[in-house]
Amino acid sequence: MEEKIKKEFEFTSSPHFHSKYSTGTVMWIVNLSLIPAVISGVIFFGLYQLVIIFTSIFFAILTEAIIQKILKQKITITDGSAFLTGLLLALTLPPNFSLSATAIGAVFAIAIGKQIFGGLGFNIFNPALAGRAFLQAAFPVEITTWTAPNYSVQSVSSATPLAAFKYDKVLTELKPLVVGNIGGCIGETSALAILVGGIFLIAIGIVNYRIPLAMIIGLFLFGGVFHLIDVTKFPPPSFHLFAGGFMLGAFYMATDYVTSPYTPKGMWIFGLGISLFIVIIRLFGGVPEGVMYSILLMNSFVPLINRYTIPKPFGMKE
Amino acid sequence: MKKPVSLTQEYIKGLWEINPIFKQILGMCPTLAVTVSAINGLAMGLATTFVLVFSSVIISSIRKIVPSQVRIATYILIISTFVTIVDLVMKAKFPELSKALGPFIPLIVVNCIILGRAEAFASRNNVLRSFLDALGNGSGFLIALLVLGSIREMLGTRTIFGVQVLPNQFTPWMVMILPAGAFITLGLLLGFANAFTKWQEQKNKKSVLVR
Repeated sequence: MEEKIKKEFEFTSSPHFHSKYSTGTVMWIVNLSLIPAVISGVIFFGLYQLVIIFTSIFFAILTEAIIQKILKQKITITDGSAFLTGLLLALTLPPNFSLSATAIGAVFAIAIGKQIFGGLGFNIFNPALAGRAFLQAAFPVEITTWTAPNYSVQSVSSATPLAAFKYDKVLTELKPLVVGNIGGCIGETSALAILVGGIFLIAIGIVNYRIPLAMIIGLFLFGGVFHLIDVTKFPPPSFHLFAGGFMLGAFYMATDYVTSPYTPKGMWIFGLGISLFIVIIRLFGGVPEGVMYSILLMNSFVPLINRYTIPKPFGMKE
Repeated sequence: MKKPVSLTQEYIKGLWEINPIFKQILGMCPTLAVTVSAINGLAMGLATTFVLVFSSVIISSIRKIVPSQVRIATYILIISTFVTIVDLVMKAKFPELSKALGPFIPLIVVNCIILGRAEAFASRNNVLRSFLDALGNGSGFLIALLVLGSIREMLGTRTIFGVQVLPNQFTPWMVMILPAGAFITLGLLLGFANAFTKWQEQKNKKSVLVR
């Protein structure tokens, strides 16, 4: 009798619903969806950017393998997560960035950003952004040296649109911002290329729409309020939306499964919080761009957000 | 009764076994703040060791006549006397170093290592043992600060004690002489210290089993 019950009913602990995707599948699909961004980087800044991307990925995977080997863990470099960290890190670096510094950033991202916390699933901060933040602090000059894109009309100017606005109050037009032939990081300049990948990820259900949408709404809300207060001093929200690393941050960095809230309400709070900090840093901070710091800051709130936004089970009172 | 500890052991234990930085995690504030260079670390370590040794000796020698209700106030008074001596000597003899260390020399008064050793050791042991214990803890602190300062100075400015050790091709990591570098370096050092302790314990356990 007991045998029969066991055969017919599978006894397992929750969760009972499983995603059709494994971690590896998800990671590799995300990697593939970044191809347009990589292509845009190569088109605007030259083939050398591929070397930077390759270096970053190589050292990310190598570090992961070495640390897992030392700690006698299962080596999981084929699941694509270290690949993704390396790729995302490279896309946030300025064009023609030094290769040794790229390698240092990739090693830091994996070793300190991820493995020290216990590996994939345990890290508090987005590893790629942790690596980027370290490089920003370690090499403040090199990481803000921008190369002008090849096919730009005014290829002399090498300031990013955000820096141009912050220091000279020059507002870049929307069309180049969307297409991407502006100064900026390798994979961040073309909003269009990132949107293609991001919307693809949302469409097939890998990325939840809530965080990017909340970030865009928040950006229009907070950026719009300041723009209405003083039209000449503060840029319009559409500029905020397409300039700098907002697109890459919204679709790829903030939506990292490990470092974002898992409750629907929490996702909205998370997204809005990031946008609030982005607007504050961009308008009043000492640096032109604030997407990285905003996401890292909100990453640290994720456990708190998760705790206070647990959905009420159906039928439960109070 | 505990087994009596040998006099050498009294000194040795401060270097690693109960190292103030790596094992007791005390005195983090000056550790993180002043170790931008090896020379700063060395100066801070020496100043702290000086205060630690002399205050421990005095506290130990008067331990039987101080009423326990006012002992903390008495300790602080003794400690601050020596801190004042160090502060004034450094200002007179090494003005640049004194400027670099800034408020952290006067702040030795509230360094928890010193009060910790006074309360935990000097107030219960004789003068010789207190002297050795303070010297050991001071040396442990000094070594930790020196290591931390050297690593940060090497990566942050290519030099150790002002002598260039890394080639010019090496781009200095600015972050290392910023507060973030202190936290990262100290965190990694503590991690390695813990890993080493664990490895040592496992080795000891194995050798016991073999026997």
